[in-house]
Amino acid sequence: MFKLNIFLILVLIACALGVVTAQHMVRNLFMALEKEKETEQKLEVEWGRLQLEQSTLITHGRIEQIATEHLNMMVPATSSIQIVSINTAENEMNAERVRP
Amino acid sequence: MIKPALPTIKLSAWRSRLLFGMLVLGLISLAARAAYLQGMNNEFLQKKGESRYSRVVEMNADRGMITDRNGHIMAISSPVASIFADPKVVVIKPEKLRQLAHLLEMSSTDLNALLTKENRRFVYLKRHIVPDTAEKIMQLKIKGIYLTSESKRYYPEGEFAAHVLGFTDINDEGQEGVERGWEQTLAGELGRRRVIKDNKGQIIDEDVASIRSPKPGKDLVLAIDRRIQYRAHAELKQAVLANRAKAGSIVVLDAQTGEILALTNWPAYNPNRRSTINNERLRNRALIDTFEPGSTLKPFTVAIALEVGKVNSHTILQTAPGTWQVGRKTIRDVSNKGELTVAEIIQQSSNVGTAKIALSMEPQTMWEMFNRSGFGTLTNSGFPGEASGILRPYNRWRPIEQATMSYGHGISTSLIQLARAYTIFTSGGELKPVSLLKQNIPVMGQRVISRDTAWAISRMLEMATQPGGTAPLAQISGYRVAGKTGTAHKLIDGRYANKSYISTFVGYAPASNPRFIIAVIIDEPSAGKYFGGAVAAPIFSKVMSGALHILNVPPDAPANNVITFTATPEMEDEG
Repeated sequence: MFKLNIFLILVLIACALGVVTAQHMVRNLFMALEKEKETEQKLEVEWGRLQLEQSTLITHGRIEQIATEHLNMMVPATSSIQIVSINTAENEMNAERVRP
Repeated sequence: MIKPALPTIKLSAWRSRLLFGMLVLGLISLAARAAYLQGMNNEFLQKKGESRYSRVVEMNADRGMITDRNGHIMAISSPVASIFADPKVVVIKPEKLRQLAHLLEMSSTDLNALLTKENRRFVYLKRHIVPDTAEKIMQLKIKGIYLTSESKRYYPEGEFAAHVLGFTDINDEGQEGVERGWEQTLAGELGRRRVIKDNKGQIIDEDVASIRSPKPGKDLVLAIDRRIQYRAHAELKQAVLANRAKAGSIVVLDAQTGEILALTNWPAYNPNRRSTINNERLRNRALIDTFEPGSTLKPFTVAIALEVGKVNSHTILQTAPGTWQVGRKTIRDVSNKGELTVAEIIQQSSNVGTAKIALSMEPQTMWEMFNRSGFGTLTNSGFPGEASGILRPYNRWRPIEQATMSYGHGISTSLIQLARAYTIFTSGGELKPVSLLKQNIPVMGQRVISRDTAWAISRMLEMATQPGGTAPLAQISGYRVAGKTGTAHKLIDGRYANKSYISTFVGYAPASNPRFIIAVIIDEPSAGKYFGGAVAAPIFSKVMSGALHILNVPPDAPANNVITFTATPEMEDEG
């Protein structure tokens, strides 16, 4: 009886230590998780900032300004545009309709 | 030496009993206290204990983005820092004060006043500063000065989409435009969780049961196409300034779905710089201001006359001598136009002709037409503060009122309502609902007039932009354009002002298969020109040709510049 009790006490102590270790490990992992979450947040902020930067850079006004001022581009006059239509029955009909 | 044996002292028995009793009493009271703490008062103590290590932490939820129909960002939240102080705790040396003031871009005296505010435990020193500056401020390590993270709204388009988007206040709540109208959708909901922190303030564990997840705001996809929006705003601004006008607005609708592709006004403000905002600039005139539509209403009068069979396109009416007496009032045309067909009445915008057509109908018939075309009723675009305009009940119309109403006087409308009404001519007789959000499923319209009538009116509107019409300046080479001008005297204090006008133009293209409806209004042009055909039509033409180019709409009136590839080249030679 006494021996069994000793044995059970040892088992109990082992279990208790196990709980403590497990808890400790959980907290370590949890801290790692928190750190990753923080990184995620930071990356998301960065992503937002990059998106903002991109949309500021591609505003129509800016593109137009660069195209006209730096690249000397312009919208062609209608008279200098050649329209190529693919010859399907439908297009043919349209062409007939609009021809003066 | 022998010590004498100590005499045994006989103590009285009550003393030991008393001692024993006291010890037992002490034990009992300890046990009782323990039981009380453990059992009955346990909850309170548990809480006290928890408060030493557990904290409730808020979890951020971002406000949703606003994008245009192609997914380009038009409004986005980005984190910024705010600096606050606890005046009771702050201890600062004069040198550090100067450094801090410099970083905050404030004067030292102002800053000092903030830091020495009595009876306050919380003072914002500056909100929404860039994170880099915030970092430098925290490196000064001043006691009692703290940092908090907030989010700020950015609008890459600046003033180009100001009236559509609106803006949020410093607490991230929508104040105007879409930001206000869709606040419920855009706003995020903060999350909370209970966590355990160690002595270094690091989170080491969380209470899973206590987590309330943050709900980030939903993103919103607008119907706006930002390329068309840009074009519309740039042209409008230029035209308002060139005509020395008081203001102007422009609305671009998708002719088939009623989606708002662009909507803008001048004067405008830059939502990124709040200091540029004042009441004049804030007004979203296209939606909240109403005006008398003038001649742009004539097609509706003629449409109902065609519909009920009073006239057809070729019916001839006498408009000579250019005036017509109705009751005690006289209706005037700009000039004596003689005999006109119904189509020519629209083309040349004859008031007399339109009034004659109108008076051949019952007031109720006309009222129903205007009502079903959406005049006097809200468009339900979801925009805050939208105006419904005024369409008076037909049983109170006098003949002169019915006559003037037929050409757009005595009735008021907002620009967006006017643009919406024109959908009945572009979609074969159906009034389409306008929407500020992108529509992914085909929209159902409400039939107002028959397909044939819509087509007939469309032909007349096309004539108006051709030589002999009122708006040859609305033409776009390569495309067939249909539209109607309007020039109205401005109502000031219930009277028509002599020298102030409202010039409008509403039109659509390509006329054979309409893609866009554009409505333009210029308020009080004062650089000499004031006719709708001279002031508003050129803006229409520029914006429309821009939109047609941007979306690669094939020309429906090509000027001999089409190369047709045929399957058999020999056939080409024969043709």
